[in-house]
Amino acid sequence: MANETTISITVNGRERSSEVEPRMLLVHWLREGLGLTGTHIGCDTTSCGACTVLLDGTPVKSCTMFAVQADGRALTTVEGLQQNGKLHAIQEGFKEEHGLQCGFCTPGMMLLGAALLEDNPNPSEKDVRWAISGNLCRCTGYQNIVKAVQYAGQKIESERSGAQA
Amino acid sequence: MAVEEKEIEWLGKSVKRKEDDRFVRGAGNYVDDVVLPNMLHMAILRSPFAHARLTSIDTSAAEALDGVVAVVTGALLAEHNLAWMPTLSGDTQAVLATDKVRFQGQEVACVVAENPYIAHDALELIEVEYDPLPVIVDPKKSLDDDAPVIRNDKEGQKDNRIYHWEAGDKEATDRAFEGADVVVSLDTHYPRSHPAPLECCACIADVNPGTGKTTIYMTSQAPHAIRTVFAMVTGLPEQNIQIISPDIGGGFGNKVPVYPGYVVATAASLLIGQPVKWTEDRSGNLASTGFARDFHMHGELALDRDGKMLGLRVGMLSDQGYAYADAQPSKFKAGLFHIVTGSYDMPAAHVVTDGAYTNKAPGGVAYRCSFRVTEASFLIERLVQNAAYEMDMEPAELRRKNFIRPEQFPYTSVTGFIYDSGDYEKALDLALEKSGYNELRAEQKRMRDEGKLLGIGLASFTEVVGAGPSRDYDILGIKMFDSAELRVHPTGKAILKLGVKSQGQGHETTFAQIVASELGIPPDDVTVQEGDTDNTPYGLGTYASRSTPTGGAATAVVARKLREKAKEIAAHTLEVAPEDLEWKGDHFFVKGAPDQSTTIQEVAFAAYTNHPQGMEAGLEGVTYYDPPNMTYPFGTYVVAVEVDAKTGEWKVRTVVAVDDCGIRINPMIVEGQIMGGLTEGFAMSSMQQIAFDEEGNCLGSNFMDYLLPTAWETPHFELHETVTPSPHHPMGCKGVGESATVGSPAAYANAVVDALLHLGVRNIDMPMTSAKVWEAMQQGRQAQDQ
Ligand code: FES
Ligand code: FES
Repeated sequence: MANETTISITVNGRERSSEVEPRMLLVHWLREGLGLTGTHIGCDTTSCGACTVLLDGTPVKSCTMFAVQADGRALTTVEGLQQNGKLHAIQEGFKEEHGLQCGFCTPGMMLLGAALLEDNPNPSEKDVRWAISGNLCRCTGYQNIVKAVQYAGQKIESERSGAQA
Repeated sequence: MAVEEKEIEWLGKSVKRKEDDRFVRGAGNYVDDVVLPNMLHMAILRSPFAHARLTSIDTSAAEALDGVVAVVTGALLAEHNLAWMPTLSGDTQAVLATDKVRFQGQEVACVVAENPYIAHDALELIEVEYDPLPVIVDPKKSLDDDAPVIRNDKEGQKDNRIYHWEAGDKEATDRAFEGADVVVSLDTHYPRSHPAPLECCACIADVNPGTGKTTIYMTSQAPHAIRTVFAMVTGLPEQNIQIISPDIGGGFGNKVPVYPGYVVATAASLLIGQPVKWTEDRSGNLASTGFARDFHMHGELALDRDGKMLGLRVGMLSDQGYAYADAQPSKFKAGLFHIVTGSYDMPAAHVVTDGAYTNKAPGGVAYRCSFRVTEASFLIERLVQNAAYEMDMEPAELRRKNFIRPEQFPYTSVTGFIYDSGDYEKALDLALEKSGYNELRAEQKRMRDEGKLLGIGLASFTEVVGAGPSRDYDILGIKMFDSAELRVHPTGKAILKLGVKSQGQGHETTFAQIVASELGIPPDDVTVQEGDTDNTPYGLGTYASRSTPTGGAATAVVARKLREKAKEIAAHTLEVAPEDLEWKGDHFFVKGAPDQSTTIQEVAFAAYTNHPQGMEAGLEGVTYYDPPNMTYPFGTYVVAVEVDAKTGEWKVRTVVAVDDCGIRINPMIVEGQIMGGLTEGFAMSSMQQIAFDEEGNCLGSNFMDYLLPTAWETPHFELHETVTPSPHHPMGCKGVGESATVGSPAAYANAVVDALLHLGVRNIDMPMTSAKVWEAMQQGRQAQDQ
């Protein structure tokens, strides 16, 4: 295809380069280009957040960015949450607190939760509700998502204090 | 061999979900995640007009675009007799328009290309000429004598009426009203809504030219039924069609019907000989696939001066869009709407329903609802609340006075339902207690004196779920039973295959728990498979809260069958008579000699290695379960809202939900279902609506206009339970996926109206936006000033 440019993005710690059309959306590049299908698409108006990824640690909606805009940056997708096969605390939290049903919103919600906990390890219910309010879930009614994020916060805290002790 | 202490009680345990591991790793497998070799991509061109004659379509420029493989039009499909398809209610629906378009967003042509970007580019190159026709958006006007006929394609169709259907006894009801002291009435519109699961619809059709095998990955809640419909529509032999519904990102009724995209993708794959993927975008999903509700309802309730209900009269007009496409039992034209007498011992009722065509998308799916019970429950619970106001009675007490009493079950209602079990007062009392109802009323009074508005709403709903029995319930003639096939392998691990299909309800865990509870094989050792028609027994799918009532029952029955056979094998290996054996959790033991025992795992091994002569080897079975009756979950919800007296904005302060769904298999999953439903009830009462302007433009075809609640607006829920088992379900379960969507909208609406009661307000149609609430307050104040 004519008019392609080369981009290079660090995805989940690994550098990935490819030729893309400038109009290629980041979410399509992740899903179709890299086969990272944990990032989902739920709308065409930047409303649902199923496509949320972390760009240099900050949540962004990958359906609303071109892949070329992420050139040279670092991305984390849901596939990058676990480390060496061990689940991230936020993933455990969602399992423990029944924070998911169909699982379609879950990657985006978990990434929002993980980013929130970086800044605020001990969020109130209100804090979590506000932090995830850019994303939609149609199944859970959000209450257990709040609990899942709080569970993860506590777990991270206790691991930290355990490590210090 | 002595049996060590193991976990053997699996019913009622909040086992963590087996399916979650893959989802939290981003390793779910949804249709759009599936990639097949040589796969092409399809996009759909939709009509900008709500009603217009199609005069010409020029596809030449699109076909000439590099990367475009084919452009499919209605004319092309018509050559193969595929331009129209049946709906699940036995009407017809266009696959691609041929003569005219009948709603905005209707499918007009499809492009198949090497990638989705090219397919979408090509859509813009298709030239379509339309000749606009008068548009009908109001179902009442649609039934006028001079209304243009929308379905002029149908032979013998001279007007826009789809059905007229009645239930109950008119004369008895008229008599009841003649003798009444009080009659209250209510006109209300249950707005058109859309289930909007977070994942849109999608499919990949793969017709293999060599073998003739057609494999279709599809976002389907009912893959088996869809396979049969596909065989009938396309003429392909059914044994060569395999439908695979992998993980589904929510369904809520939206993924029950067959949509044009599925049919065109299959036809395209057949013509081209390569797999074709179609992934719907959100605007296509909201504008064209199964909408829900849209009932214009009139209710009248007759009571004596003590508040005893005497009769109920209901008229309902359903706005069906351009095709009658409800997924519902063929015997009942308005679904189960005639359960509108709700939780009350109603001596007489008469229900008149009509369905009308309009220039809107087809559908009428049961959105988290058992065939229109949601609309019925809303109407009666709103009416009862208003009756209490009219009679100056406490709404809770008026309900209590009229509830069907526990000793009346099984209770036959005047519109023909046989309620299986219930204890409505118990649920009401618990809800009043837990919500601090009396204190709320006292606070309401105090706040009103300060000029602040607090409203308290109640709903004591009864649902009807779990279709069949097959003597009454079928879809397109296919009876509504469901099935389970259980195979216990030699090492004592099992695989359970079901005809239902989870879309997030947690079947892989719940149904494994049923096997564990009946057969003693721990849930982790039971793999649950659904959604692949080649590898699961025939069933009608998951909707109308029917999975546990039918598929769950089938699972229990097949597990019990295997236990019977296991007993024979155990008797053989222990060298005793079967009558000498007893079962405990996961093993058989000899009566009076508990040391002489054998576990189910040992029996399973023996079934393949050491089974009695003359007995068939193996430990496998299949059951088709036809429920003797529906189940009737119920509950009471209390909602308290604060309304801003200046702006009409309202906020939910309290939601207390008491649900009785019989025996709970996995309480954690049950509560998850209830919270999801309470959220959708909140959504419908406060914001969700698919509206249209006079030209038939859809005003809710994206998530900027069709509003869904986020975590920020969604209330905090407090859940409680009572347990009244179903007497006919093998485990006493009733099904719960929809209770809260059915019951809660009336509680929210009653709460908002209750806040404005002193202003004379008796109704605000949903969604109760701030603007509507403000207007109602203004009108009330003006009326009081005069
Ligand atoms: S897909 Fe909905 S916000 Fe990106
Ligand atoms: S779990 Fe289904 S959308 Fe959130």
